Amino acid sequence: MATGGKSRRAFLTESASGIGAAWLAANWQAIVEAQEFVRTAAASGQPQQFAFFTPEQAAEVEALTAEIIPSDGTPGAREAHVVAFIDRALVTFERSAQEDYRKGLDELAAATKKLSPSASHFSALSADDKIKLLTSIEKTPFFELVRVHTITGFFADPVHGGNHGRVGWALVGWDDSLEHVPPFGYYDALPRTRG
Amino acid sequence: MKTYTPDTEVDFVVIGSGAAGGIMAKQLSTAGFSVVVLEQGGWGKFGRDWEYTKDELVNGNPAPADRLMSDPSRQRNTFRRTEKEKAGPGTHAYGCVVGGGTVTYGGSSWRHLPWEFNEKTHVGAVAGTGLEDWPITYDELEPYYVQAEWEMGISGLRVDSPFVAPMSKDYPVPPVPLKASGALFEVAAKKLGLTVVPGPLAIITQPYMGRTGCVNCGMCSGFGCHVGARSSSAATVLPRAVATGNCEIRPYSYVREIPVDKKGRVTGATYFDADKREHFQKAKAVVLSANGSESARLLLLSKSPKFPDGLANSSGVVGKYLMTGNGAGANALFEHELNDFKGVISGAGIVDYVPSDPKRGFYGGGRLTARGFDTPISYGLNGLSPGSPRWGAGYKKALREEANHKMNISCFVTQLPLETNRVDLDPDVKDEWGLPAMRITSQSHPDDLKNAEFFTQKSVEILEAAGAKKVWASPVRDSRGGAHNRGTCRMGNDAKTSVVDKYHRAHDVPNLYVVDGSNFVTGGRNHPTLTIQALAFRAAEHLVRAAKKGDLQSRA
Repeated sequence: MATGGKSRRAFLTESASGIGAAWLAANWQAIVEAQEFVRTAAASGQPQQFAFFTPEQAAEVEALTAEIIPSDGTPGAREAHVVAFIDRALVTFERSAQEDYRKGLDELAAATKKLSPSASHFSALSADDKIKLLTSIEKTPFFELVRVHTITGFFADPVHGGNHGRVGWALVGWDDSLEHVPPFGYYDALPRTRG
Repeated sequence: MKTYTPDTEVDFVVIGSGAAGGIMAKQLSTAGFSVVVLEQGGWGKFGRDWEYTKDELVNGNPAPADRLMSDPSRQRNTFRRTEKEKAGPGTHAYGCVVGGGTVTYGGSSWRHLPWEFNEKTHVGAVAGTGLEDWPITYDELEPYYVQAEWEMGISGLRVDSPFVAPMSKDYPVPPVPLKASGALFEVAAKKLGLTVVPGPLAIITQPYMGRTGCVNCGMCSGFGCHVGARSSSAATVLPRAVATGNCEIRPYSYVREIPVDKKGRVTGATYFDADKREHFQKAKAVVLSANGSESARLLLLSKSPKFPDGLANSSGVVGKYLMTGNGAGANALFEHELNDFKGVISGAGIVDYVPSDPKRGFYGGGRLTARGFDTPISYGLNGLSPGSPRWGAGYKKALREEANHKMNISCFVTQLPLETNRVDLDPDVKDEWGLPAMRITSQSHPDDLKNAEFFTQKSVEILEAAGAKKVWASPVRDSRGGAHNRGTCRMGNDAKTSVVDKYHRAHDVPNLYVVDGSNFVTGGRNHPTLTIQALAFRAAEHLVRAAKKGDLQSRA
C-alpha cells in the first residue's frame, strides 16, 4: 500500500475532527465539483451512474461498506448510499486514492478466492465469511481507508452523496436544524438541584 | 473602506487582526489616527456571517479563501522537546483570518484573578522557573476587563466567590443555557462541595449592539458563527474600526520584517501580498499583535545592524518563556441523553481548584469545564468509548447507544514559564514564503505534569459523583503548541529581563508596541483571550495619549 494512502487518511481524520486540516488547495474545488456531480445526478432522475467504479467494483465496495455499518433493522451504509459518496470522492477530492482502491479490490478478490475458492466475489460470500475475511484484513491500510471513507460518507451532509435521507444522522440522534431551545437533554430538564 | 497606498506614511500599522489587533485598530482609528491592519489570512466571511458553512466536511477542508486557521504545510513550523534534539515537523496552528482566532474559538472569557498578577509573591518562587510578578496589578486592569466585556459582548453571571475574579460591573448579557453537562456538574458539585459557575463566553445570548443572540446551533468551536453571535473581532471591533473612515484592513498580507532606520526607530512593515509580491507600508509607529508565537518570530526575523539578535531583543528574552498551554480531562457515559451537541461547546465551569495549593505538593491550578461536543463525522471516527468495536454490528450498536449520552470535562491548567521553552527560527526549514520556519522548543515543568494528573483525577471523581455509568481518561500528555501561546515578549519594568514595558512599548524601540498573548508574564489558567483583550484596551488608551502628546518621537 502506498504511503500516500496513509497521509490522506490522517488528513481526513484530522479535518473531520476539526483539528488543523491540511488538505491541498485542490481539494476544496473538488469537493464543490463533487457536490455539483451529486446534484446533477439527482436532477437527471436516471438510475445511479458511477463515475469511477465499474458496476462490479461498486458492488464490492458497497458490500464492504455494508459490513462496516450494517443494515441490521435500521438503515446502514448501503441505504445511506455511502458507495456513491466514495465514488464521487474518488473522482474529485480523493482522486489520489484511486490506485489504493484498484489495488485494494484486487487484494480483496485474492483473499476471497483463498478463503472460498468457489466464491466469485467478496459480495457473494456468506455473511459469516464476509466478517471472517474482513477481520483478517482489518489492520490493513486499505480496510482503514474504506472504513474512514464509509464513516465520513455516512455522517457527512447528504449534499456529498452519502447519508441519503439523513439516515446517518438519524442513527445517532443528530438534529441538523441548527436552532435549538433549552433544555437540551434529560438532566438539564430536571428541577435544579443547586444547593 | 478607506484605503491607503503603501508609500503613504500612516500613523499606525497594526500587524494582526485578532483579539488584540482588532481592538488596537478600533481604538486608534476611533481616536482619529490613520491605521492599516496587515492580516496574513483572508477575509473569511467578514460582514457576511450567514455564509459561514455548517457542513462538517467542507469546514474541515476549506477553500483557500475560506480558511480560518493557519496551514502547517504553508506556515511551516518545527517542534522539539529540548535543545538537544533536532526539531521535527510541527503541527502548530492558529487563527489566520480577519478576526484571527476569535472567529472560531470556543469563546471562554474568564478574567485572571487578582493574585494571578503576582503569583511569585502570592505562592512563592518556584526554583528553576521564570515565575515572576506582572508589572501591573489586577486593580489597574479591572476597568479594562469591564471595557472588554461590554465592548466585545461577553455573556455570563457575576458571582461572589473566592475562586472567581471580583467584578465592578455585571456582564452585559446573561449566561448561555446550563446544558445537561452543566446540570451534571451541579449534581457532582453538590455531593463534593464544589462551586459551579456558568462559563463567561464571548457569545451573546440576546440582541446586543446590533447583533443577534446565539441560536444554540451546536456547530460552534472551530466553525464561524453564521448568526454573528460570537463576539469575535470580526463581528465587533473591526467593523467599528472601518466605520471610522480611518482604518484599512489589508488581508493576505504576510509580514516578513519590521525595518528600522539609523536611529533604531521602526519605519513600517515589509510584507508579501497574496501573489507573494513584496510591499513596504510606511508608518509612524507599529503595533505588533501577531499572536503569542508569531510576534516573537517576526521580531527575530527583523534583524538589523542595530538589532543583530532581532528587533527589540537587547535583553535576549524575545521568544523565551513560551507557554503553549496544557490540558487534562476525562469522559463519561450517562444513563439518559445529554444532547450536549446543542448549544455552545462549554457551558459551565468548576472553579475550586483555580488556586495553587501547597498541600498538593506542587505548583499548579486550573478550571474544569463541562462539555459534550461531538459533530457527526468526528463522533463516528473518534467519539466512542475505548474498547468499542471499530466496525460492524458492534460498532453500529455503540454508535447508537453512546450517542448523546457522553460528557467530557476539559481542564484548562497552569504551565510554568521556563526560559528554555521558546520560539526561535529553525536553521534549516523554510516556510511557504522562504522565511525561516518557526521552531518551538517546549517541555513542561514536572509540576505542570503533576498538576495535569491531579486534574485528570478530579475529572474522574466529578464524573463518578455525577452518576456516570462509565468513565475514562486519557493519559496526561505534554503539549506541542496550539492556539494559546503566551509569554514570548513578556512585559516588565526591567529592560534587561523583559521585552516591553507595562504599557506594551518595546524597551528598545520608542515607536514599537507589542500587544497580544506574548506579553503574559505568567499564563493564568490557560484561558487567555479576555486578558489579551483587556490588555489591548489598556495599551490603546496609553498609546493614544502618548501619540497625541508626540511622545512616540522621543526616547530613541
